[in-house]
Amino acid sequence: MTPLPPEPALRRLAAAIEVGEVSVREVVEAALHRIATRDATLNAFTVVLDESARLAAARADAEIAVGRYRGPLHGIPISVKDLIDVVGVPTTAASRVTDRSPADADAPVVARLRSAGAILIGKCNLHEFAFGTTGEDSAFGPTRHPVDTTRSPGGSSSGSAVSVAGGMVTASVGTDTGGSIRIPAAACGLVGLKPTFGELSCDGIVPLAPSLDHVGPLTRCVADARIMFAAMRGTTTAADTTTPPARRLGCPRPYFLDQLDDEVRAVFEQALERLGDAAWAVSTSPIRHASDTATVCLHLVLPEAAAAHASSLERQGEAYTEGVRVRLELGRYVLAEDYVRAQRGRAVLAQAVDEALADHDALVLPSLAIPAPRLGIDTVELGLGGRPVSVRNVMLRLTQLFNATGHPAVSIPCGQTASGLPVGLQLVGRRSCTEQLLAVAEACEQVLAPEA
Amino acid sequence: MTLTLDDWLDAAQTNAERRQLPALGPLLTALADATRALREAEWNHHAASRPAPETPQPDDTPTT
Repeated sequence: MTPLPPEPALRRLAAAIEVGEVSVREVVEAALHRIATRDATLNAFTVVLDESARLAAARADAEIAVGRYRGPLHGIPISVKDLIDVVGVPTTAASRVTDRSPADADAPVVARLRSAGAILIGKCNLHEFAFGTTGEDSAFGPTRHPVDTTRSPGGSSSGSAVSVAGGMVTASVGTDTGGSIRIPAAACGLVGLKPTFGELSCDGIVPLAPSLDHVGPLTRCVADARIMFAAMRGTTTAADTTTPPARRLGCPRPYFLDQLDDEVRAVFEQALERLGDAAWAVSTSPIRHASDTATVCLHLVLPEAAAAHASSLERQGEAYTEGVRVRLELGRYVLAEDYVRAQRGRAVLAQAVDEALADHDALVLPSLAIPAPRLGIDTVELGLGGRPVSVRNVMLRLTQLFNATGHPAVSIPCGQTASGLPVGLQLVGRRSCTEQLLAVAEACEQVLAPEA
Repeated sequence: MTLTLDDWLDAAQTNAERRQLPALGPLLTALADATRALREAEWNHHAASRPAPETPQPDDTPTT
């Protein structure tokens, strides 16, 4: 395992661009060079937009030359998951099913990032149609973990995470229907933000389950996520107006800490101790009915995904990867009455999360119950003598509840295993209070960052 | 006539076989287990304005 050298965080790079210490052209050429040397192994990109990136870099440099600096994303190289429309480029969803005709327009989040000055370097590999947690089932082949290429970087936003963790771009955009931003962020040692449901437009993004789908950024630190999130909303990164956190966290131990890899558990508990040492009060705050999470989410995501893919399944069923096809087909058998029951469960769980958040700045729990899993495995054992559990189920276990309830959630790095695999800590905030959640995350990050 | 989960599972398995999707078989069985749990969730009983059973009865399959 050879850890890749860290690339400058967005803010540092932005400062260098703003004062002319480095040109956008140089930044973009460096990103393209890193992709050329690294991506043959990592397979993070489905397409590299080198020509358009060079043109955009020239325009960005020209703007700076005449004093038009757009802000902290001006000239910053980014990538987007290849589920998101980029004008003139086919949206493949990492599938052989899509028609591969170029998109007519940028998705709103892409248009806003470009308007803020970001340079789109390429589109990223993913688990086909975002319906998986490992990134393995892809028409482009699996994406590989930058620390250990025999492992999955997590998914479904696998390429987005690796494009950042592998040092090829500064930030990326992913989507999250059950954890697909936070899971790879945790597995790769990044910050991954799933905002409040509906806060960012999912227009121009291939849907998986529309009532659970979210879009959000993957970055190296919380401050960078804040910049990306603001641009994706179409707002400026004005001075932080959130109130300082009261430094009270609630840990929903029952259910969420029941099934954890031993090393993940140890790293997470050490993180809580470090927060306690830094004057954060962490108390147990159970979420009622949390054990119903998987059942409720299953009956929401399966029929919604099946509805989104019904005609393609009829016309081109055999073009899907086998694992994705069979799960989509499964959704066609869920009864409408059970979908309605699951909607009822969603409301019950949302109220339970609200109750658990009372008197706390945020809930704190691990993001991912296992370290990055080896490619090609279906089950893992948790602890010595533990019975095998499904990789897919265990990877979704800690994240999917907050897709159903719509609460904002962010994964930040909190340590690593003995073999150097990152471990993520998840913070969950109040609905429509994503900025406040980011303020809490930034304060926790200062305690938990390796250099802290 | 009732429509029990077992009836539904039998019909779904037969349909999946006819459609030559054998990989669906074990997933349908797992889905049936999950659906049973969904229907037996405490909050579903509350929402249906009837009390949750003290002890689930194995042969008391939820019906529509």
